[in-house]
Amino acid sequence: MIWWQLFYVYLKIGIFGFGGGYAMLSLIQADVVDRYGWITSQEFTDIVAISQMTPGPIGINSATYIGYTAVHNAGYPPYMAVLGSCLTTFAVCLPSFLLVLGISYAFAKFRHNKYVEAAFYGLRPVTVGLIAAAALLLMNEENFIDYKSFLLFGAAFVLTWKFKINPILMILLSAAAGLILY
Amino acid sequence: MYWTLFLTFVKIGTFTIGGGYAMLPLIQREVVDRGWLSKEDFIDLFSVAQSLPGIFAVNISIFVGYKLKKVWGGVVCALGSVLPSFLIILVIALFFTHVQDNVWVEKAFKGLRPAVVALIAVPCLTTARSIRMSHKALIIPMAAALLIWLGGVSPVWVILAAIAGGLFYGLKIKKE
Repeated sequence: MIWWQLFYVYLKIGIFGFGGGYAMLSLIQADVVDRYGWITSQEFTDIVAISQMTPGPIGINSATYIGYTAVHNAGYPPYMAVLGSCLTTFAVCLPSFLLVLGISYAFAKFRHNKYVEAAFYGLRPVTVGLIAAAALLLMNEENFIDYKSFLLFGAAFVLTWKFKINPILMILLSAAAGLILY
Repeated sequence: MYWTLFLTFVKIGTFTIGGGYAMLPLIQREVVDRGWLSKEDFIDLFSVAQSLPGIFAVNISIFVGYKLKKVWGGVVCALGSVLPSFLIILVIALFFTHVQDNVWVEKAFKGLRPAVVALIAVPCLTTARSIRMSHKALIIPMAAALLIWLGGVSPVWVILAAIAGGLFYGLKIKKE
């Protein structure tokens, strides 16, 4: 049961994941956290942090981590959990693979296709909304535990927005702040 | 050749922290400077890979692999670009559960969680700026965010509605 669900969810993320990693977050959250409860919102935030600091796209990182965790939490031994992470990683890449193969035949046509261009009139602004939703969904009691959380959020926001601080440095700084403040 | 392709994408996957677009300069250097693709071809690939759903870096790697060595080239390049993150995260998943409850780890994560939310909020604003939306058009992302956040609507429906709306706007209204 859990195998089919994992495969289905990550296939869906692969098919509808327009607009890059951040826009993909709300898509991942909707199923993985809210609908199936494979991980908590807090764990999801942790994965985003880990993804920022390790190589590779968030789509792959979260697929691998969630495939492992979901199967493990369902009571299977670790080697089965590894299979779970293989399954989700495979599922999230499969649509890309089929699409690229399909498009390679008609590459030149696709590039200036009027339908594709028209669809992006709608997709581009919605991408902004998807990223906003991802941030808003994470602004919950699990991640914002007291007033200090809000201060950290404000500081991180300003440092990233105005001073273009590198995300990895930002995460390290905020982790250090956590050690001092809590 | 397959082996070289595989290793090249393993290298690209290993040395790009921060995902997707951070990989681009490295991919370009490896792929264009080796003469696998011309610069123009690469820019074309880039724009198409961007408009496809799925993981950008994986899309690019499959495109390059397919262009050079057809289906197996695509498979090999995709495997190469995915493998480093896969292995690293697997190791973290195996060990993180053991240190999760450590007091110091807990403290650090309490501090970094709000910062992570800020790291997502900022690209939301920069993306909004980069696509130069009119003030009236801002209603679209706001409605999308509210539907997902408070309405509990699946992002899939919002994306489908965006495609339908875009097609309608682009093909009907703009023509007139």
